[in-house]
Amino acid sequence: MGLEFAVEVFHNEYLAEGADRVDAIVTVTASGDGAEPVAADRIAQVIVVDTSGSMRYPPAKLAAAKEATRAAIDSLRDGVRFAVVAGTETARVVYPTSGPLKSASATTRKNAKAAVAGLRADGGTAMGTWLRTADRLLSRHEGGMRHVILLTDGRNQHETPAELSAVLAQVAGRFTGDCRGIGTDWEVGELRRIAETLLGTVDIVTDPAALAADFRAMTGTAMDRAVADVSLRLWTPEGAEVVFLKQAAPSLADLTDRRADAGPRTGDYPTGAWSGAESRDYHLCVKVRPAPVGDRRMLASRVSLVAGDEVLGGGLVLVRWTEDSALSTRINPEVAHHTGQAEMAQAIQEGLEARKAGDVATATAKLGKAVRLAHESGHTDTARLLARVVEVEDAPSGTVRLRAGVTDADEMTLDTRSTMTKRVGRG
Amino acid sequence: MDCCPECAAPVSAQDRFCEACGRNLRVRRTPVGGPDSPAATRCACGGTEFDRDAFCTRCGLARGGGRDRVEFTLPGVAGVSDRGRRRRRNEDSMAFGRVRGRGVAAVVCDGVASSERAEQASQTAVDTALDVLLTAMQSGGDAERSTADAVVAADAAVARLARPEAPELAPSCTYVSVVATEDSATVGWVGDSRAYLVAQAGAACLTSDDTWAAQLVAQGVLTEEEALTDRRAHVLSRWLGADSGTDAPRTVTFRVEVSGLLVLCSDGLWNYLPEPEDLLEVLPRGVTPVEVARELVEVALKSGGHDNVTVVVVQLRGGHGA
Ligand SMILES: [Zn+2]
Ligand SMILES: [Zn+2]
Repeated sequence: MGLEFAVEVFHNEYLAEGADRVDAIVTVTASGDGAEPVAADRIAQVIVVDTSGSMRYPPAKLAAAKEATRAAIDSLRDGVRFAVVAGTETARVVYPTSGPLKSASATTRKNAKAAVAGLRADGGTAMGTWLRTADRLLSRHEGGMRHVILLTDGRNQHETPAELSAVLAQVAGRFTGDCRGIGTDWEVGELRRIAETLLGTVDIVTDPAALAADFRAMTGTAMDRAVADVSLRLWTPEGAEVVFLKQAAPSLADLTDRRADAGPRTGDYPTGAWSGAESRDYHLCVKVRPAPVGDRRMLASRVSLVAGDEVLGGGLVLVRWTEDSALSTRINPEVAHHTGQAEMAQAIQEGLEARKAGDVATATAKLGKAVRLAHESGHTDTARLLARVVEVEDAPSGTVRLRAGVTDADEMTLDTRSTMTKRVGRG
Repeated sequence: MDCCPECAAPVSAQDRFCEACGRNLRVRRTPVGGPDSPAATRCACGGTEFDRDAFCTRCGLARGGGRDRVEFTLPGVAGVSDRGRRRRRNEDSMAFGRVRGRGVAAVVCDGVASSERAEQASQTAVDTALDVLLTAMQSGGDAERSTADAVVAADAAVARLARPEAPELAPSCTYVSVVATEDSATVGWVGDSRAYLVAQAGAACLTSDDTWAAQLVAQGVLTEEEALTDRRAHVLSRWLGADSGTDAPRTVTFRVEVSGLLVLCSDGLWNYLPEPEDLLEVLPRGVTPVEVARELVEVALKSGGHDNVTVVVVQLRGGHGA
């Protein structure tokens, strides 16, 4: 594979007597210029384009979506297996119209683009059905890279949330997926949930003209992925419990409920696919049975990175108990930073919710807290997005006033990107 | 037909040595240097597997900590020594053995925390003293005499551990031993490790602490209550080591008329159970010596385990003369 994985653990090793909670940031870094691209015929890509009636207005929306889809098709390497699905209240495979996925070539790309050109906007929105269709198409390509791009402009109106949940539970771990929302009529929480389940990204597309480049980047990234289906394997001692495992950077994603047992006291958590040079942080919280104060250390968790049964790397979370409060009260900077980033995301989401509900006091307090946390962590991207929703009087104290006349796009951009975290500067 | 405990070759009850490996079959004792820590092959949690980084695959604790908790059992005598919950090291040591047809000898020493290499001092003392006691027991020597010899030998051995350039840190320890036969028992001590006799009728402390506080109480300067809280309560007036000036233990010999238990312990236990009645109250009945020792150590740990705690339990008139 050519990729090497390094696992680093950042935490305060010293716990106060009787303390049972261990917080650690686990940084996984993939490296190696020998990262050969995955053989094209082992990559399967399904592009799902929303063609519901709402795509008709403004007229540029469907045109831009078609243009972007064509750009995505153009970016497929020769030999990559692909399909295009048009989504309404049902899912129609518009290319190829029958049979298995097509291998990308000059001819198949041309034919697929012709099929996309003929798409018309009509009907409803049923994302679960779209994903189920994508899963069916990808099911013949198990063992390779399986990726879905989902482009939508609206809410999942023709399915109940329970129906969508059922599909998500079914397809989780079968392929990865990135979601893009066009315009401002879609639901941030809904697409975020889909993207989290598919271990991918979610973003807002405010300018349809920019979609082509984004699509190209997404399909490009998907194809760069050099190792598919990598999992974090956690061993914890008897009587211990994984309180949570969350991806903390580059974006927030809770993996706690994705545990699959992998032996005694051992569980695997999916992390999706990995490309050449990339690094991700995970926040691990384990509850252990406290050992006596002393210099005897306890292995609170053994963290391994595995692809199937191959171990790619690993690290140890070691702790010891002390009476010295100068040692045990020290807060690890990485843990503090990521705790702050998660709090910031939560404050943004709750603040926007309160704002929508007309609760000015709560919205001001929450968004003010977010401004302060963004300021403290040097998260300038989020600070800038926040400044479009609130007037910042004093960032260090989080003193803000809600702005009047905030555009939906600004609000949704802030909401969508609230989970994009910044990493701590490790100088 | 029995088996040799060393090589498992068949031996008869009359054999003094194993014909296969030459082992002395009359004497069985704790290994010199201290019993193997259960952690060496078995973790305190009961786990027996360790990962490649030497952490228990069950509870995650490091395999090391060889002296953290040790346990050893022989017929009629058993001991448990535990680091406790607060101390970084277990500086207590225990050694015991039995001579077939003669009896049992047991020693507990508590390393003085303010001295250096205190665990080495206590281990050296118990091994040296037990050797003297078992040798004398085999040749039928007088128990009081051998107890005094054991203390002198142990004191000299511990003294040799001292570094001339650091006399104020000379390794040192306390001492308590028992030599028990079918009909009598001799207890000797230096310092504040104790021996208790527990029988159906009641319990008694056989030792009196060699501490400044105890001395002041004896002289009528302090009351018992004042002594308990006095900062000198644990300051030893006698110990073993280079700077001890100790030439003999205090001893007591008594006839064993009924079955009972003799409990040797470090202050890590009796701090929580100062009176014989306290001990009697928590003592489990109808169980083996090792279960008694485990339970008493558990009481100390549950009470806070502020110090190392060591308990050796000898069954009196329990058939160890066989
Ligand atoms: Zn033998
Ligand atoms: Zn264990």
